Amino acid sequence: MINVFRKGWRPAAVLLLLFILWELSVNLAEVPAWLLPPPTDIIHEAVFGWDGFRPHLQSTVLLSLRGFAIGTFIGLLTAVILHLLPFIRESVYPLLILSQNVPIIVLAPLLVVWFGFGILPKLIVITLVCFFPITVAALDGFRQTPADLRHYMLMAGARRGQLFWKLELPHSLPSLFSGLKISATYSVMGAVISEWLGAKAGIGVYMTLASSSFRTDRVFVAILAIMLLSLLLFGGILLSERLLIKWKSRESGRK
Amino acid sequence: MIQLSVNSLSKSFDSIQVLSSLSFHVNKGEFVSVIGPSGSGKSTIFNLIGGMLLPDEGSIMLGEAEISGKRGSISYMPQTPSLMPWRTILQNVLLGQEIMGKTEPETARKMLQKAGLGGYENAFPHELSGGMKQRTAFIRALLSPQPIILLDEPFSALDELTRHDMQKWLLDIWNEHKPTILFVTHNIEEAIYLSDRILILGSKPAKVVQEYTVPFARPRMEEIFLDEKFLECKRSIHHALKELSFKSD
Ligand SMILES: Nc1ncnc2c1ncn2[C@@H]1O[C@H](COP(=O)(O)OP(=O)(O)OP(=O)(O)O)[C@@H](O)[C@H]1O
Ligand SMILES: [Mg+2]
Repeated sequence: MINVFRKGWRPAAVLLLLFILWELSVNLAEVPAWLLPPPTDIIHEAVFGWDGFRPHLQSTVLLSLRGFAIGTFIGLLTAVILHLLPFIRESVYPLLILSQNVPIIVLAPLLVVWFGFGILPKLIVITLVCFFPITVAALDGFRQTPADLRHYMLMAGARRGQLFWKLELPHSLPSLFSGLKISATYSVMGAVISEWLGAKAGIGVYMTLASSSFRTDRVFVAILAIMLLSLLLFGGILLSERLLIKWKSRESGRK
Repeated sequence: MIQLSVNSLSKSFDSIQVLSSLSFHVNKGEFVSVIGPSGSGKSTIFNLIGGMLLPDEGSIMLGEAEISGKRGSISYMPQTPSLMPWRTILQNVLLGQEIMGKTEPETARKMLQKAGLGGYENAFPHELSGGMKQRTAFIRALLSPQPIILLDEPFSALDELTRHDMQKWLLDIWNEHKPTILFVTHNIEEAIYLSDRILILGSKPAKVVQEYTVPFARPRMEEIFLDEKFLECKRSIHHALKELSFKSD
């Protein structure tokens, strides 16, 4: 915890300086609030508009978490299948990479046409942006096992399943967590994008309403919320990584 | 009783013949060392016995059973400790048993205690020194249920002092449990100090060019290093190896 403060004060100071500069220049140049509101306005809106904002935030948090969970599950499942069945890997993996070149913004309206405005198309969007980093990270972890450990396992008579559970899966955990961190941030982004398409509540909806009525301060509140949400998710994954991969954190702690 | 016998084994990689009708055997409870020039095919012999490679010709018998191509018939300790970094020391030494089916944590604890690793059961490998890691890897091999242990240059990465401690320790363990061991080394003194018999391997293609029975009784003391007979042994093995490299030049 002390470490966080020691490392964190510099960026925090830079951020504070930036806000002061922003506040001063907006006031001096008399920029209208609908164009660029000063930070104090944004904070004011965040505090006093909280009751109106809360249901939107709640809905987005729920949506991101659900999507992230489904995306993680599907991403892991895909990785395991591709890893254990080389035949499928060779035929499907290139297509998977290709699928990532389709921009989600283009795909999303199509999903609405097919599945309507319910929760399903939204979950599909989030899953689509979430699963790929996890699949790639897990696959890398499965495949890049140290040669000497693999040789020992085989000499000792390990069967395919034992090789996977005792060597490949534990070895992939650090790599898997890097994938999870990327996906967590993506899941919030995916949730907001999917809400733009049409929803009853959510940060995406709140943002659309705010920008169409020139409430720029509210747009900034939404941006702030998205950033904090991503950060929180990221922190949660960092924490579970520390708890789960004890051998690694101690190792780097010694360096 | 013969525990392991290798009968006129041949193996080539591409067009290069590495082993040519190699034959030898190891008796039950015997400690046999294989010594030979680098690249002569010692690790290849282990890979064949371990079932990682199939021989071109010849057979490998473990007791009455043919084991060519059958993985898991022998217990193995590689040159690097090859411990799983995510497993504690106790979980690591149990891995060999786990793969074959049944684990005995209590026996493992006792062995760790005797090996000077008491108190490290729940430590992770990166917290151990090189010598401790090698001891862990050896205990893992010793606990594995297979009837013969193959050791591939297990001490070659250690410094001279640690290596000497490890040799002494290995000899103690061997005296207590009398496991059947096939041991690969580059070090002539190590081979004499530890083994009952030494097989000297010629290279390209490898075959046993000389078999040497070590004339020292067991249990052996460190003093034998200074014995006249020890120097004599060393000299004749050195001579045999010298002749080999002379021939291959
Ligand atoms: N999988 C393989 N494919 C092709 N050639 C191989 C393979 N494995 C070993 N060789 C060759 O076989 C020869 C013997 O190799 P091996 O590793 O058995 O030697 P070694 O006696 O263990 O050497 P060292 O003492 O250096 O460990 C070498 O010339 C090596 O290049
Ligand atoms: Mg070798």
